Amino acid sequence: MKNNKKKILIYVALILISCIVGFPIFWMLAMSFRSNVEIFKVPPSLIPEKFTFEPYIEILSNTEYLNFFKNSYFIAIIVTLFSLVVASFAGYGFSRFEFKGKKLSNLFIVATQTIPPISLLIPYFGLIVVFKLYNTRLGLILTYTSFCLPYSILMMTGYMNTIPTELDEAILVDGGNRIVALFRVILPIAVPGIIATGIYTFMLAWNEFLFALTLTKSIDMRTIPVGISLLMGEHAYKWNLMMSMSILGSLPLLILYLFAQKSFISGLSAGSIKG
Amino acid sequence: MIKFSLLNNTKYSFLKNINPYLFIAPAILILLLLLVFPIIKVFQFSLYNNCIIIDKPEWVGLKHFYDLLSDTIFFKAFTNTVIFTFFSVIFHLILGFIFALLLNQPINNKALAYFRIILILPWIFTATIVAINWRLLLDPMGIINYLLNQLGIINSYLEWFGSYSLALPALILVNIWRGYPFIMVSLLAGLQGIQSNLYEAAEVDGANEWQKIIYITIPQLKPIILSVGVLDTIWTFRLFPLIWLTTGGGPGNSTEMLSTYTYKLAFEQFKFSKASALAVVILVVVTSLSYFYVKQQKQLE
Repeated sequence: MKNNKKKILIYVALILISCIVGFPIFWMLAMSFRSNVEIFKVPPSLIPEKFTFEPYIEILSNTEYLNFFKNSYFIAIIVTLFSLVVASFAGYGFSRFEFKGKKLSNLFIVATQTIPPISLLIPYFGLIVVFKLYNTRLGLILTYTSFCLPYSILMMTGYMNTIPTELDEAILVDGGNRIVALFRVILPIAVPGIIATGIYTFMLAWNEFLFALTLTKSIDMRTIPVGISLLMGEHAYKWNLMMSMSILGSLPLLILYLFAQKSFISGLSAGSIKG
Repeated sequence: MIKFSLLNNTKYSFLKNINPYLFIAPAILILLLLLVFPIIKVFQFSLYNNCIIIDKPEWVGLKHFYDLLSDTIFFKAFTNTVIFTFFSVIFHLILGFIFALLLNQPINNKALAYFRIILILPWIFTATIVAINWRLLLDPMGIINYLLNQLGIINSYLEWFGSYSLALPALILVNIWRGYPFIMVSLLAGLQGIQSNLYEAAEVDGANEWQKIIYITIPQLKPIILSVGVLDTIWTFRLFPLIWLTTGGGPGNSTEMLSTYTYKLAFEQFKFSKASALAVVILVVVTSLSYFYVKQQKQLE
């Protein structure tokens, strides 16, 4: 039947595309579990001749490298929490009220999302040095907020817009104020939205490279993306080490992604479809 | 419950009216501080000489902008950025559209979920990791050269990122791989929003698969395509990490982009003022694109 033929074609296409698209990632994984001599072996093999955890152990037992992880986690978590709090309030304000300047404020926030980081980098560098925040985690936290916060606000506004205002009304009629409405009713319902926003914000902060490269200097202040690039310079040909560091460095995102897919995807599309 | 009734008292009723501004004030203040203030600074820097380096920079007006106009590297970077952005976005849209169509087909839902997971994967990894990954893949002794030779497509071991002519195409390829998931997911969501009765009506009129796609799917998706297309253009135009970590703008200037050149001017040559001028140029271009985007979003409402 024509339908079945079509289905088979679709499966074949999807399998083929998945193999091609997924190959680089698979290769990275495959290369991370072998000794360096096997990396450029001819003919290349998908499965290592000698499977080993050696590269992973080398990374995890090196305090310098572990520090990269510590910094990345710390900065990403703080930025996410801070953005979520501020964005929840702002989102509530945008979602529940009509007020003078609302359109302008909304436009302002949408516009700030598109500022190129490189344009901000030079003034940030100057200001960070002046305020003695150079080579500090706080410096990174503040600068990361600049791009994490607008997105969080837009996402939280979007989510709150889907929650009916009757729930707020119920509290107000009882004589309560907006703050109570927000904390007792709206936020608990918005938890899926908060999780999605939090995951996406975490990812934005975790993956950031430019500010981390320029606004920190000493090895103990570096984050994972910068750390890996430094490794590239230092151990230029220890590919297995770099691949295992890459896998370890992507773990939180991979785990979040696999377990909270729907949140991830709604975060992805929220930015484009809603204004 | 006693607490609630306090607000009905007129002395506190202003709290009920002032609320909206209180809610958004922290956010707006933070963003003004973190974004508007530095942007003003960068404009300021571009109009003076020797910013950041000396305490009292001297006013030079538009000198740095004129310098850029006579700078061959600037033009090469501009051209490269435009080429890079154009091809990246076009192929993001094409691949994103095709993959979204495939993922929207009525096949087993569980299988669809697995395929979707794999197809979104490239987007999850940070630029540094994507860069290292592909440097390994495209190494002259790497697997891609090996496969291409085995398949008879090429006869030697190409340098890819190390070659004047292949570096930019290689970069574009990596960026296409990395960036299509965003478009794909957005288009997929859009596809799922198209009403099926449109397709049914077309079938009654005798339309085949191709015609359905051309006459219904694409027109219905046009707002989303434009939306994500402009967003992707903005993001690609200002991209830095991927380029910096694969080619660093080289070899020579063959992959120099506006963003990498700005970085080099500021942090390798310490010409902060000239770099600021370039940063302002990038900002203006991106802002014009954003204006476009916002205007288009408004039309959607």
